[in-house]
Amino acid sequence: MQINVVLNGKTITEEIAPDLLLIDFVRNHKCYSVKRGCETSNCGLCTVFLDQKPVLSCGILAARADGHAVDTLEGLLEEAKEFAMFIADQGAEQCGFCNPGMIMNAIALFRENKEPSDEEIREYLAGNLCRCSGYEGQLRGIRAFLEYKKQGGALCVQ
Amino acid sequence: MLKIKEYVKAESLEQAYELNQKRGNRILGGMLWLKMSNARIHTAIDLSGLGLGRIDETEEEIRIGCMATLRELELNEPLERISQGLVRESVKHIVGVQFRNLATVGGSLFGRFGFSDVLTGFLALDTYVELYKGGILPLRKFVEMKRDNDILVRVIVRKTYGNYVYLTHRNTKTDFPVLTVAVSSDSRGARAVVGARTQKAVCIALPQEWKCRLDQGNCSGKELQELSKELAGEIPMGSNLRASAGYRRHLAGVLIRRGLLALQERGRQDAD
Ligand SMILES: Cc1cc2nc3c(=O)[nH]c(=O)nc-3n(C[C@H](O)[C@H](O)[C@H](O)COP(=O)(O)OP(=O)(O)OC[C@H]3O[C@@H](n4cnc5c(N)ncnc54)[C@H](O)[C@@H]3O)c2cc1C
Ligand code: FES
Ligand code: FES
Repeated sequence: MQINVVLNGKTITEEIAPDLLLIDFVRNHKCYSVKRGCETSNCGLCTVFLDQKPVLSCGILAARADGHAVDTLEGLLEEAKEFAMFIADQGAEQCGFCNPGMIMNAIALFRENKEPSDEEIREYLAGNLCRCSGYEGQLRGIRAFLEYKKQGGALCVQ
Repeated sequence: MLKIKEYVKAESLEQAYELNQKRGNRILGGMLWLKMSNARIHTAIDLSGLGLGRIDETEEEIRIGCMATLRELELNEPLERISQGLVRESVKHIVGVQFRNLATVGGSLFGRFGFSDVLTGFLALDTYVELYKGGILPLRKFVEMKRDNDILVRVIVRKTYGNYVYLTHRNTKTDFPVLTVAVSSDSRGARAVVGARTQKAVCIALPQEWKCRLDQGNCSGKELQELSKELAGEIPMGSNLRASAGYRRHLAGVLIRRGLLALQERGRQDAD
């Protein structure tokens, strides 16, 4: 079957197998930030945006994305880079494997809720598992980033 | 691994229904549960082009298309208002936002899963399902029906104003629940729904005398403890990897009591 997908702003028309998962479709297009962690819809590593909403690309068929926009971290590099510095600054990543999925979902949170409370941050990111960090560093990084944004993005990050 | 040979984006419910009568064909909701299986599907029937993702409010009811996602339920203002936060509370622990942006209300209720938060929550409300061939029937009747090849088109929540409370216990956040409990008191009476007991959720009606006392807010803590223990004892429980039947029974007593206490508190506030 043929699908038309706008992937990171670029229209792609392609023949696909009906059971091709969106994760495989985007990885076939060199979006390697999208990782296969659990493949049972539990870990959040495969998060992409479908029409701006975060979804698990391991749990949806590429066929469902026909006629829609899909964004991966590769398409959000500027937005992601700024935030990622705050995560790194807190030493909040160790192996880093969970990072692209967490950054995607954190961006979704910031777009939805400009001033989330700690509870709202925890709730929104509950589906992003990290086996190394214990989450506290991530939370500190997010808080520091939100504060930086609140101050008009004026803090100097080393 | 799930295998799909053909994929059809249905152009009408009639077409979807016809296709669904053939063995080997399956309706796709969010596909998250289906994907956990090794099913070999001949034709996957996609309902996403039929405008069934909407949640509409009328004077008497809230009409939820089967393709509305759990996240859409969570954020819907009329549902929040009518259910006093019960719908949001029942779905917010399910895996994560990205998951709930895909999982559908149709797939969640059609599956009639033994672990379901969604089923427990909607059973506490005045909920009906609209089946393409089977028409409109109360959710509690649908739960008892044998699975067939009909299509769940809509979930309808009547605006029966009352008090509703949802509670759940999980061993770890985002895991399947060990037990789910919803308690309610509205013009239909007072009830307790208990789910994730390793079987489908069940609904127990409380005697009218208790409803009046709960609404007035004049039950003692001890009375509610005894009533909750009694109700929990009536519900068959099962054991699985998450918990034993005995643990679930004890937990049911605790969660029902907490639910009734919260219900009584709201009754008291309404009476003031
Ligand atoms: C890893 C994981 C964790 C989960 N944790 C929880 C949890 O903690 N609490 C909870 O309540 N639930 C949980 N669930 C279940 C989840 O919330 C959904 O209920 C489930 O995925 C089904 O929804 P779906 O949209 O994915 O349906 P699908 O997988 O698409 O469909 C499920 C079944 O229903 C059929 N179907 C779908 N839509 C219709 C329709 N409109 N009419 C007729 N038939 C239809 C399909 O053919 C299929 O047989 C979990 C699921 C997974 C995979
Ligand atoms: S790989 Fe998709 S949720 Fe884990
Ligand atoms: S840093 Fe290793 S999984 Fe998160």
